[in-house]
Parts: sequence; structure tokens; C-alpha cells
Amino acid sequence: MKKKIVALALVLALVVSVAVGLAACNKGDGTLIFGPEDADITFGMICLHDENSTYDKNFIDAARDLAEEKQVRVIVKTGIPESAACYDAAVDLVDQGCDIIFADSFGHEDHVVRAAREFPEVQFAHATGTKAHTNGVENYHNGFASIYEGRYLAGIVAGYKLNEMIDAGDITAEQAKMGYVGAFPYAEVVSGYTSFYLGAKSVCPSVTMEVRYTSSWYDEAAEKSTAEALIEDGCVLISQHADSMGAPTACEEAGVPNVTYNLATGTQCPKTYLVGSRINWTPYYAYLVDCLRNGTEIADDWTGTFATDSVKVLEFGAGVSDEAKAAVEAAEAALKAGTLKVFDCSKFTVDGEHLTTYMADVNTDDAFTPDTEAIETKDGVTYFAESEFRSAPYFDVRIDGITEINEA
Amino acid sequence: MTNVKTDREPLFRIIKRDNIPRGKAWVIRIAAVVIAILVGALVSAILAGGSAFGAFFSGLFDGVFGTPRRILNLFQNTAILLCIALAVAPAFKMRFWNIGAEGQVLMGGLGCVVCVKYLGGKIDDNALIFVMFIMSVAFSVVWSVIPAIFKAKWRTNETLFTLMMNYVAMQLVALSIFAWVPSGSGVLGTLEHGNFPNVGGYPYIINIIIVAVMTVLMFLYFRFSKHGYELSVVGESENTAKYVGINVKKVIIRTMVLSGVLCGLAGLLLVGGTSFTLASDTVDGRGFTAILVAWLGKFSPPAMAFTSLLYVFIDQGAKNVATGVGIGDAFSEIITGIFFFLVIGCEFFINYKIKFRPRKKKEENSVEEVAA
Repeated sequence: MKKKIVALALVLALVVSVAVGLAACNKGDGTLIFGPEDADITFGMICLHDENSTYDKNFIDAARDLAEEKQVRVIVKTGIPESAACYDAAVDLVDQGCDIIFADSFGHEDHVVRAAREFPEVQFAHATGTKAHTNGVENYHNGFASIYEGRYLAGIVAGYKLNEMIDAGDITAEQAKMGYVGAFPYAEVVSGYTSFYLGAKSVCPSVTMEVRYTSSWYDEAAEKSTAEALIEDGCVLISQHADSMGAPTACEEAGVPNVTYNLATGTQCPKTYLVGSRINWTPYYAYLVDCLRNGTEIADDWTGTFATDSVKVLEFGAGVSDEAKAAVEAAEAALKAGTLKVFDCSKFTVDGEHLTTYMADVNTDDAFTPDTEAIETKDGVTYFAESEFRSAPYFDVRIDGITEINEA
Repeated sequence: MTNVKTDREPLFRIIKRDNIPRGKAWVIRIAAVVIAILVGALVSAILAGGSAFGAFFSGLFDGVFGTPRRILNLFQNTAILLCIALAVAPAFKMRFWNIGAEGQVLMGGLGCVVCVKYLGGKIDDNALIFVMFIMSVAFSVVWSVIPAIFKAKWRTNETLFTLMMNYVAMQLVALSIFAWVPSGSGVLGTLEHGNFPNVGGYPYIINIIIVAVMTVLMFLYFRFSKHGYELSVVGESENTAKYVGINVKKVIIRTMVLSGVLCGLAGLLLVGGTSFTLASDTVDGRGFTAILVAWLGKFSPPAMAFTSLLYVFIDQGAKNVATGVGIGDAFSEIITGIFFFLVIGCEFFINYKIKFRPRKKKEENSVEEVAA
């Protein structure tokens, strides 16, 4: 009996020490309500996943900055699926006194619009959405950034890395094949990977790319195995448009350079992290808050650019040469000046031909009818005018040099 | 001899209880729920620092009762879960292990969407909702009756069969959405037609009323109808059922048709009355959770209403805690896991009693017990 009591006491002591240990290593700043309690504006946020997702973390970090910068109250709801739960979350935020509610995932759009129709006195904004400029709901707005420019710059770094490999004799010029883990085969992803590819191609002309989809925004296992499949298929550099650490982890394990999106993974993947790009959401949030405070109208559709500080190239990894860094700087200056266009039609072909005309689906309808001529010529450059007619990407052209493999 | 026995007697023994008073059983169950909430608070304190212990309680209740709309959501989510639980209950009472409610509800939802896609705007919305009801029930019944026929005719394993039908249904939905929405992230937008109207400015009221009525009807069906009696006889013993002249095959198929009707109704409530859209994860595991809920409620509709309410309370509250305390999405799953673990675990204490070794008067007591 005594022995049993001693054993029990020991077990209890162990449990308590573990519990205390766990509590001690928690930073205690994980709460998802930021900013002063008595702020004049409450900013509600609906996130598809939590901070384990690089995509959502980018939005939440920006919201933390906003609370600090603009002294607003921010309430974040995480893990809200693209279903009626999104409507319920939006309405719940209205009940909590939010003046503006922001949702972060493409599939949230219709549910946010439903809430916006019901509560005309509250403003609603949505990232990556496509309908605000045509659906006539006054208090519903879309916002996105010309992130394709950021991806183009990240692509330049990738191109330099490929050139290094070719020069070192690790691969031949023909073996310069990149892999890309995409979530879903539609404009936002296609625009992203094409701009990344064109960035790489601008310095490494022989580059090709293979794209595979996971059919999910956040599926760590699928993203990892997809990246592994690409590496198996001979891809010597990987980038991704999916939200978990799956692809970067696969790259670190295989020793394959990785270009990320949303989050610099240099600490988790020190050997293989090259660079990445992200949208800085703080300027858009700040714009929304300013509009509310000044009583000015919020644009139906807002596009962030380098000029608004919305498009960011992430910090460079250890393996990036000074030459590449300088090239990124030069290209960024040219993009800002408008002398360089990412989708310059002379730089890519479709079925062997240069594009001279393309009808893009800018105004969403049920049948997804292409409705807007997207090829423009300015200062002698003919280019695909991405993010000019609306903020969310509509470049969905499949260009030569990129192979799409869709198993799902 | 008695001395030898008492020396070796274990610290406690487990004894089967035959009939525990109902009140006492409920005291044990409620104690389990209270302990589950306390453990949940402890876990959140471990995960997010000491202050989270108190925040757990306030967050839990605030998340469920904080605003009128949250209370409405509590009843709405309870209604959907209860509707699916009512659908699985007759089959389980019959010992037909239908774990395909997930897929059956999803097929019901698909039936609705098909109607809206091809009839929406062409006919009156009320007529459309009626057609949606017919179609969702038809789709769902097909999904539930196929395994029932195989079971009745060829004795196939219904557990595996219904489970696999779930995956077929999910793929069918994914495929249909891809056909309707060729561009985008595989999300069907909200449907413009066939939406249940709001009552008094609030959504979901119709759902709650329909499920309340169904709960009463199912209670009457189990308690007073010949069908309800027959299916419990089949569940108790198939041979007895055959002996008294019950057509077992007919009862199996008939009961699964009933399951299908209720699953189809749940699909209609989800698409027409809740989401106004469909995705392969619209049912969100509730087809499986409903089985636990039905079982905990001993397949009695009023008790199931209570257990569904309890589950939704914990789930909805824990989600709110996760926001306030700042723990990730998985937190509410941890808490509902703890809840189920303790509540199912407490059934052990209802069915068995623990007898501790008496401290004094060893000889006399042990003799007594042996005699007992």
C-alpha cells in the first residue's frame, strides 16, 4: 500500500512538473484579440486556418501591426471554413460591435456578401475576391495586391540559383527544371507561378517548370508528398502556392532550394531557404480604417503595389549571391518605374506564338465568360495587364515551358 | 483460510451492476460532464498559461450564450446534429451498423443542389423547396438502401459497405462541383434560389422547428408504432424476430429507408436552410458524431436532443475559448475529445461498481462478501 502511494505521488509530481514546464515555455501572447479595448474602431477578421498556416499567419501578423499602428481593436476568428460557418462568424463579429469585417480566403466571398447584404451599416472587405466591383453591394469590398511582381523578383533569385548549379556542373542547362506546388488550378495560382517562372527565365533562359496541384489550401502531408514527387521527377528547385510548411520541409530534407510565399522559412529550413514574397496587408487594413475614420468611401476594389508597400520580397537566405540581390533591386526599380512588365508578351509564348489578344474573365458570372481584353500596349511594350481591371488575379494563360500535372 | 484470502485481496474489485436507479445514472453522467469541463480548463491552462483556467469558463459560456445569435446558433447546430442522430438511431437500434450517415446526408445535399442548379429561377421558390425535399430524400434513400438490400439479401457487411459509400458520395460531390465551377478553388458559391426564408429576421428558425417536430415523431414511432417495436425485436435477436413471424429482410430495408429519409432531410436543412451551398466537407464529420450522440442518448429521441445540445455546447464554447485564449483550431477538437472520453468512460461506472477492500475487520467483511 505504501509503495502504491509513493508511486502515485511520484506520478503526480511528474505530471505537475510537465504541466508547469509547458506553461512556462508558453509566451502567453497568443491571444487573438489585439489593440486597446476602448478603441473607436473594431476590426473583425475571419481566417480560414490558424497561425500554423503561413498564409493566415501573414494576415494575422499584419493585423497585430495594424492594432499597434492605428490603435484599433482587432478580433480574429481562426479556423473558419468556407461554408455557412463563415456567415455565422461574420454575423457574430457584427454582434461584437465590429465596424469592419475582413475575410481572408477565396471561398469565403459569397458568405461574406450574404452577411454584407444583411448588415448594410457594417463594412465588409475580402481578400482575393472578385465580385465587389460588379455585384453592387455598397458595403462590400475586395482587396488584393500585385503580388505577381513580388513573385517575379523571387523568380530572379531562383534563376540565379539555377545558373550557379549549371556553372558548377551539377546540372546541364536542359536539366534546369523547377517544381511548383499549387493549391488549385485557377487564375490566382496560375498568375503566381507564371510570374515566378518568368522571373527565373529572365536570367536562366533554358528553365522549364512542372506544376502539380494538391486541391487544398492547407494539407501539410499532401504538400510535402507533392514536393517530393516533383523532386523525384527531376526538379532541382521548388516553389509553392499552398499554405503549410509541407513543401519547405520536403525541400530541407532533400536539400533542394526552396522559394516560399508569405513566410520566410530561413529559421526552419536554413539549408535550403532562398527567398520568397508576401503581400503586406497592413497598408490595406490601414486604408480601410482611415476611410472609416474620415468618413470617405472605400473603393470597391483596391490593388496594393510596391508604391503602397503592399508587395514585399522576403529576406534573402544564406545561399543567395550578391549578384542576385543586385539584380532583384534593379528589377524592382524597373517595375516601379513601369519600364519592366512581368507579363511582357515578347518574353513568353503560347503554343509557340506570342499573345496579341486575350479575353480574360474579369467580371465573374455563373458561366465564367471571358469579358475583358487584357493585352495592352504602352510605351512600345505589349503586355498582359494583370491586376489593372480588378485586384484579384485573372491571368490564367498556360504558357510554353510550364507543364501542368493535375492528378486530382 | 479466510486469512489467506484477505491478504491477497486486491485494493478494489469491479462488480457488474444490474439495475442502477435512473437518477443515480444521470448524476454520474452530469458529474462526468462537469469533470470534462474542469479537465478542459486545466488543459487550456497548461497550453496557454495559468490565466487561461478562468478564461476557459468565461469563454465557454460566452461562446454559447454571449449574444442572442450565439444561442440561436447553439440550437441550429443542435438541430442539424440531432436530425442526423435521429436518422442513425433506428438502424442502430436494429443493430444495423450504419456508419454511412455522412455520405447519405451529403447525397441529400447534392440532390438539393441539382434541383436549384436546373430549376432555380424557373419555378416558384416554395415549389422549388418542395422539389428539393423530394430530390434530397430520393438521393439519400438510394444511398442508404443499397447497403440495406445487400445486407438483407446477401448478408454483406454493412459497416464496411456504408463506410465506403461515404467516400463515393464525397467524390461525387467534388466531381459535381468541378463540373459546375470549372474555375476557382473548388468552391460552389452560395445558391440564389431555394433558400429557406428568415423568420422574424433570424435564419435557421425553420430548421429548428422541423427537427423539433421530427424528434417528437420519432419518439412516437419508437414508443408506440408496430414498426418501432419490430425493429427493436430484430435488434435484440433476429431468430426471435423470425420465430414471431417478423419479416427481417423487410424490416432492415424499411428501417434504412427511414434513415435515408431523415438523412435526406438533414441534407435539405444543411443546403436549403443553413449553408445555401455544398462542399464535400459540408457535413463536417457530423455523420459520425451523430452516432456517438445517439448512442449516448440510448437511442431515445428526447435524451438524444439533450446529448446533442451538450456536444454542441462544448464544441461551440471551446471554439470561442480558442479565439480568446489564442490556441489553435485543434483546441476545440481536444476539448470535445476529452468530453467524449469522460462521458463515454462514465458509462463504465454506470454499468459496473467498484468495491474497495475494506480497511478493518478483514475476516468478517470478506466472509460477508464471499457469501454475498
